[in-house]
Amino acid sequence: MSTTEILFFFLSALAVFSAIMVLVSKNPVHSVLWLIAVFFAISGHYVLMNAQFLAIVNLIVYAGAIMVLFLFVIMLMNLNAETEPQKHIWMKLAGVISGGCLLLMLISLVRQAIEMGGRKVMMADGNIGLIKNLGRALFTDYVVPFEITSVLFLSAMVGAVVIGKKN
Amino acid sequence: MPIQYYIYLCLTLFSIGIIGVLTRRNAIIVFMCVELMLNAVNLLLVAFSKMHHAAAVAGDANTTVGIEGQLFVFFIMVVAAAEVSVGLAIIVMMYRNTHSVDINFLNRLKN
Repeated sequence: MSTTEILFFFLSALAVFSAIMVLVSKNPVHSVLWLIAVFFAISGHYVLMNAQFLAIVNLIVYAGAIMVLFLFVIMLMNLNAETEPQKHIWMKLAGVISGGCLLLMLISLVRQAIEMGGRKVMMADGNIGLIKNLGRALFTDYVVPFEITSVLFLSAMVGAVVIGKKN
Repeated sequence: MPIQYYIYLCLTLFSIGIIGVLTRRNAIIVFMCVELMLNAVNLLLVAFSKMHHAAAVAGDANTTVGIEGQLFVFFIMVVAAAEVSVGLAIIVMMYRNTHSVDINFLNRLKN
């Protein structure tokens, strides 16, 4: 087993375990912390695939900004394990079974796909994930979507202020 | 690394997100599970981009085939950030009106 494979399986196990712990945790603050662990594992996967820019952006935007926003909201509402609403056990079981059925169906679909046979992901090599190439593509071919994104951010900001203000 | 491994990992994460949406009643946890699903899709997009790049780089060493996948991930992150700000504002407003984040209070979308 090479180092890349060991890192891949370690990061995958970490991501899946943390994702399960997000659901199992009774305390919402613990759920947020486990979700941050998932984001760190996914950033590790990006580094393994040499997508350096996305790894850093994932850490800054998701683990940094978005999760801090979640933590602030949870702490403002003073949520904890005692106030956590619980579904009935049969409803939980039905949810787990339906999600597991979806997972089984999708996995069998991928196993049958001939197109995926023998295709390899390039690991720790390739230069499309570097800031230089991504920036060049972003500011030449994708400059119009990039500008539209700024309008989207402005509308989201206005929307959040309008919704959040006291009437 | 075969592409199937990445597909299985992303399917597992996506299904865990779906199970979370189906089994939890706290609106914030449900929202976090949606973020988890978005991240699973992001990881799969990067894996496919590297897969196409590996196929194309054999013919031309300086090609940038597959860079679109990573740009899409970038835009998905941008949209997710905007979505989170509006969604959390809605949840805060709901908490202010009902003093609870239980999604069962929302089943009529009224009162």
